[in-house]
Amino acid sequence: MGFFSRIKEGLKKTRTGIMSRMDGLFTRNLFDDQFYEELEEILIAADVGVETTLELVENLRRRVKETKAKEGAQVVELLKELILNIIGTEKSGLVEAAEKPTVILVLGVNGVGKTTTIGKLAARYQGDNKKVILAAGDTFRAAACEQLGVWAERTGCEMVKHQGGADPAAVLFDAVSAAKARNADVVLCDTAGRLHNKTNLMDELKKVYRVVGKAAPGAPHEVLLVLDATTGQNALAQAKVFNDAAPITGVVLTKLDGTAKGGIVIAVARALKVPVKFIGLGEKADDLQSFDPKEYVEGLFAQN
Amino acid sequence: MVFENLSNKLQETLRKLKGKGKLNEKDVDAALREVRLALLEADVNFKVVKDFIAKVKERCLGKEVLESLTPGQQVIKIVNDELTMLMGQSVAKLNHASNPPTIVMMVGLQGSGKTTSSAKLANLLKKKNHTPLLVAADIYRPAAIKQLQVLGEELDVPVFQMGQQDPVTTVKAALEQAKRNRHDYLIIDTAGRLHVDEELMDELGRMEKAASPHEILLVVDAMTGQDAVNVAQSFRDKLGLTGVVLTKLDGDTRGGAALSVRAVTGCPVKFAGLGEKTDAFEPFHPDRMSSRILGMGDVLTLIEKAQSSFDHKQAQEMEKKLRTQKLTLDDFLEQMQQLKKMGPLNQIMDMMPGMGGLGKKLKGMSIDEREFVKVEAIIKSMTKKERLDPMIINSSRRKRIASGSGTKVQDVNNLLKQFDMMQKMMKQMGKMGKKGKGKFPLM
Repeated sequence: MGFFSRIKEGLKKTRTGIMSRMDGLFTRNLFDDQFYEELEEILIAADVGVETTLELVENLRRRVKETKAKEGAQVVELLKELILNIIGTEKSGLVEAAEKPTVILVLGVNGVGKTTTIGKLAARYQGDNKKVILAAGDTFRAAACEQLGVWAERTGCEMVKHQGGADPAAVLFDAVSAAKARNADVVLCDTAGRLHNKTNLMDELKKVYRVVGKAAPGAPHEVLLVLDATTGQNALAQAKVFNDAAPITGVVLTKLDGTAKGGIVIAVARALKVPVKFIGLGEKADDLQSFDPKEYVEGLFAQN
Repeated sequence: MVFENLSNKLQETLRKLKGKGKLNEKDVDAALREVRLALLEADVNFKVVKDFIAKVKERCLGKEVLESLTPGQQVIKIVNDELTMLMGQSVAKLNHASNPPTIVMMVGLQGSGKTTSSAKLANLLKKKNHTPLLVAADIYRPAAIKQLQVLGEELDVPVFQMGQQDPVTTVKAALEQAKRNRHDYLIIDTAGRLHVDEELMDELGRMEKAASPHEILLVVDAMTGQDAVNVAQSFRDKLGLTGVVLTKLDGDTRGGAALSVRAVTGCPVKFAGLGEKTDAFEPFHPDRMSSRILGMGDVLTLIEKAQSSFDHKQAQEMEKKLRTQKLTLDDFLEQMQQLKKMGPLNQIMDMMPGMGGLGKKLKGMSIDEREFVKVEAIIKSMTKKERLDPMIINSSRRKRIASGSGTKVQDVNNLLKQFDMMQKMMKQMGKMGKKGKGKFPLM
């Protein structure tokens, strides 16, 4: 399946949910209060959030007035533009370190799909003939290390691990050192899932970030926050707090193959100005796709 | 934060309403608009919110309000009543099989916390002298079986597994084993799956048929957004759901998904997951969820938590102190020691109404369990007089205390600052105590 059809496939459910209602709205030519209220509801239903939604709709009202748009289809375009103003229009790839290895730190709350995302990223890099080392930085959850180990086996990557309960910062430091010694291109660092309101765990993360920074110049070169598309408004709080502990360079939006719309990324992009880099569309190794903002928005509003 | 704005606004609006002697439709509409936004921001599904608001509005414009002497209060009561009604009123218990074993099946999306919840439930049952058997039926996620085994070992609960066999076969064999070994509970941990994955949903159907479980618990992440209704609906359509487990409630989410799921499935939320430790699992109190969703804290849970750790007399004394706002460093120390028994402090803070906002002000007072040790040492290095009246602690006293407790003057300063803030906090609680007779503590 090509990239385009795959993202379409993944977003189809998003679209059918949002669009069956959107269609009715945008073929209308009368933009009264009820029209905007319904529009609000549609964005809310996509988890865009109250504040961002109200702002978008307010701006849309203004733009409609300015452009004197008369048709539903024109209004769709205006709304797309407004959303793209927030999430950016270009794809955003991963940085490559000037000096090997590129160190990528993967963060998130519990159960969002950090380990799976790492497995998929590893497969992606392997496909580009890069040498990848997986760092088992989740030393807390039962069998987290074994889970990453299965991905190492599947993708044919090496994995650096310590005993359960070990200091995650030490594991990651070792992994980066090992990568240098073995001339690896990329180190993918797994971390334990943590709720952002646990001060001690966020402090641990700060330490991890600091220590990884000492292991290689400029490391970590990417800090990816994994967000679950089914998560609601709490994702915004997550993003803010994680960003304070370890400045995020990109977001990975997982589980977009369900019916969830993941609209919270719009609110996250609005608050943090951080790009979404990947989307997860399934459990297989190649189910990770680059995030294309235009396609995402197009997907959200495409006519069936 | 958006949230605080919203719940502050909501409280403000409702407060204004409270003082009114007569209401018109406009007043009600304005108040309900804020209620609506607060619910949406809390991730309650918009359809559920719509129905809810319509119902509340109808009642608000009815006789009981218009003819009431205090219409504002009536409106608040209606909002609270309807929320509680939607959420359910009493704690729902786990079903029992008249003929053991009681079979419990845990289902849900990926990453919602099924495996952890299965282990926690087993732990809860074991503590009540039951003999649960855990069944590892997640054959898809790498190392899922291993995860359950590790947890089982930790809890000393046996785990039944047959590797990557068809889970239906595994469940049948587990049932045999449970009967043979006289386990009175069988807890089946199934693989996470998307509700739109027909193949895997069918597999669950087959497992249900093979095991005829007495409980099928849908495990839902409390942080779930609008999509919660779609998920709940699909699982309800496919399986005979009997209850819900709401996980990750120890986060700072408002947990509006609880309302959505309840409205769609009609099933009670039976348990709440409150942390990563295997004992962070409690029966769910639906009546307390509504104030959390509206951002009003949860005094009841706090009080109950306090009661289970404090003895009654101490609690009374503490309450008196909270009310009268006289707090010495001795009390502070004693309280910290009591709090330690109650579990992670941030959990407790979250349950206090108004703490949402205070959390910001208290940022300097980051609550770290390790700090306890330091604080204890510092307070114990003070004289009796100093503990009673911290105002007298000047810089030379600070130096002495620091060297006596093996800390830095900075630490002593910090503690004194924290204590000061604590006092302010208590003042706020004291005020709340006086006013907060109703269910809305901040009104």
